[in-house]
Amino acid sequence: MNIIGKRYWFFGLSLAVIIPGLIALALGGLKPSIDFTGGTMLELQFASGTAPAADQVRTTLGSVTIAQTGRGLGDIQVQTSGTNGLILHLQQVDQTTITAILDALTKSFGATTLIMADNVGAAVGIEVAQRAAGAVALASLGIALYVWFAFRGLPHAFRYGLAAVTALVHDVLVLVGIEALLGLILGWEADALFLTAVLTVIGFSVHDTIVVFDRIRENQNKYRYSPFETVVNHSVVQTLDRSINTTLTVLFTLLALSLFGGVTTRHFVIILLVGMASGAYSSIFNAAAILVVWENREWETWFRKRKRSATV
Amino acid sequence: MNRTLLWIVIIVVLGADIIVNVPAKVQILGMDWHIRQGLDLQGGIQVLLEADVPASQSVSSQSMAVAAQIIHNRVDALGVGEKSVQVSGSRRIVVEIPGYDKPEEAVKLIQNTALLEFVESQYYLDPTSTEPIETDYLASSASTTPTIIGPSILGTSTLTLTPTVPTPTSTATQTPILGNTAIGTPGAVGTAIPGTIYHTIMTGAQLKGAQAGRDNSNLPDVEFQLTSDGATLFADYTTKHVGWYVAIVLDKKVISCPVIHEAITGGTGQITGNFTASEASQLAIWLSYGALPVPLKVIREQSIGPTLGQDSLRRSLVAGLIGLLTVVIFMLLYYRLPGALADLALMMYALTSLTVYRLIPVTFSLPGIAGFILSVGMAVDANILIFERMKEELRGGKVLREAVEMGFLRAWPSIRDSNISTLITCAILVWFGGTFGASIVKGFAITLAAGVLVSMFTAIVVTRNLLHLALDRIDFSTRHSWFGISDENQNSTESAE
Repeated sequence: MNIIGKRYWFFGLSLAVIIPGLIALALGGLKPSIDFTGGTMLELQFASGTAPAADQVRTTLGSVTIAQTGRGLGDIQVQTSGTNGLILHLQQVDQTTITAILDALTKSFGATTLIMADNVGAAVGIEVAQRAAGAVALASLGIALYVWFAFRGLPHAFRYGLAAVTALVHDVLVLVGIEALLGLILGWEADALFLTAVLTVIGFSVHDTIVVFDRIRENQNKYRYSPFETVVNHSVVQTLDRSINTTLTVLFTLLALSLFGGVTTRHFVIILLVGMASGAYSSIFNAAAILVVWENREWETWFRKRKRSATV
Repeated sequence: MNRTLLWIVIIVVLGADIIVNVPAKVQILGMDWHIRQGLDLQGGIQVLLEADVPASQSVSSQSMAVAAQIIHNRVDALGVGEKSVQVSGSRRIVVEIPGYDKPEEAVKLIQNTALLEFVESQYYLDPTSTEPIETDYLASSASTTPTIIGPSILGTSTLTLTPTVPTPTSTATQTPILGNTAIGTPGAVGTAIPGTIYHTIMTGAQLKGAQAGRDNSNLPDVEFQLTSDGATLFADYTTKHVGWYVAIVLDKKVISCPVIHEAITGGTGQITGNFTASEASQLAIWLSYGALPVPLKVIREQSIGPTLGQDSLRRSLVAGLIGLLTVVIFMLLYYRLPGALADLALMMYALTSLTVYRLIPVTFSLPGIAGFILSVGMAVDANILIFERMKEELRGGKVLREAVEMGFLRAWPSIRDSNISTLITCAILVWFGGTFGASIVKGFAITLAAGVLVSMFTAIVVTRNLLHLALDRIDFSTRHSWFGISDENQNSTESAE
């Protein structure tokens, strides 16, 4: 089986997933939650059959004022959640105002239960966002250094670290893109748990990559005189059963969780599911292929091809 | 390593698993080892507080710890579950009150300056008693709510209040006497008399400041200054009640009970007695800040209804069981005998993880459960690596026993490297979640990290020993199908397709 030989097909498939996601991202699909922006989120449950429409909610809450400032609530985003449930997003208000909102809604639409309220100061949000960026950078750097260290005995050990990080950036792009697409379609918001899922996927993606690299390390000693590309392909094929099987067991559990698990973690679990699949894909089809591209210095051929096509 | 020793380790771990997990309620060594449920499971309130001082100004870790302790005392009466008040980072405190659904009141309670009262008493009230006392001061109706007053130094004339050791006047008859006032009633000396309503002379509002210092004989003392209003009240009381006591009451608890040595008319006084310098400064902090050594502001608050979690918990557990079962069946079908042994190791993994979660203890949240279920899927990862390697060695013509050993040996570097990378990510997640009180993120990371470590033990040590046990008992030389391969000489590349 020649996987590495078809590497540009696999790179193409990756782009086919990533590019629509990036377009969705450009269209503003990635909506940061109040974890990152600050504000107030109220999750409400109405008695059966009484959940009001968004406009009705806005009209009702038009008279409610913020206790501290005496001003109106401003822009309110209303989203449906489950049956008879609503999620409201508004600027940060205090507890007294939340009580006033609940009273107003109960008066107009009957029994209103507050399932969850979250109130985040804007400064915290900014800090969380900064930390999030820091965490992703730190994880990538930590893993690149570790892979470099683990494969330090090999020629061009640094390439291994960088190839692992490229596979990891691939997974992050896939996840951000899918999140943006789902943000456009389903109104999903990227919260702290989304970031947790991304970081977890980063750790796992490298899991698979390391197993493949490890086999390359072993085979390079065994087949000293074979071309690098053959050794790499042989290593990928040899570890294919293992890569697919471990991914399958993880996907089984995640699939069970997303199908039968609780609603609150569904978003989180689905992102993990997509990420794990992407992580396995990038490890098998991209990470090792990048080593070959690098070894062969194939970008010189890209350049030549482009030059040739330009002149023709 | 010595195989017998490994078996002993396995049996001890398994024994611990059974003891800790099987009974519904566990109490070993005086500790309650139940699984702690996070706020998202049982509902409740989480409040994130930050020191309300300019960013350039540093806050001592000691004053944050004192503030957390004071808040803990205040919220202790609320809710049903375990309250948690933790300092997070250098200037934040995370307060979690499970099973409580009035965020407005919780925040008021946390943020409010504590109620500091100076209470009239003819007898010594024991500060070590935990019994709250009742006073006639009603915080809600009075406009003189205590406020934060920065300490200031003024006044020259020092008059003395001397805390004493209890001077029992009527220890013989310890008859609690019920009445509306304690004054003039010979009752139990030492603790507040239940049902007695003590008279509040004044509150923290009439206190201008307090500092720890040294008295004339160089012993630690606390010096305090009163407002002109307070000076009048205090002068009036102390003049009439020399020999009586002034109980200093914080949040309805007596913290000190000095005897009135002489009338205090100058608006300043000092409390001396046999306390240490740190006790003196603690008392000064309580007096001057009305309890909280640093002003705190709410930067995030979250309240979660109780209904949400239980439904999700039930569903997640069902989903986890389905996931676990799928993995078990898959391993059995694909790897046959080793798969079955790996399944046994997986069961042990699940039990041991639960034990570890109880020991740490990990607070279980919904993402934490997802982390646990996810770790079940990856716990077999090491096994799959080993078994695939084993199959390859078998196909390569190795003898079974040798193939098994090679499988474990050759797969180890991959297992080690990949698990370390997951642990790196977990450490970063703990750092990320810890700084803004996202216990959910932290819980997930700790669950996952614990899972990775436990799975290394079960997947490698336990499976290996089980496999050796099986190899010792049964002759597999003609039964390679038990290991999931049909033909010894099959080429590895073909089978991979």
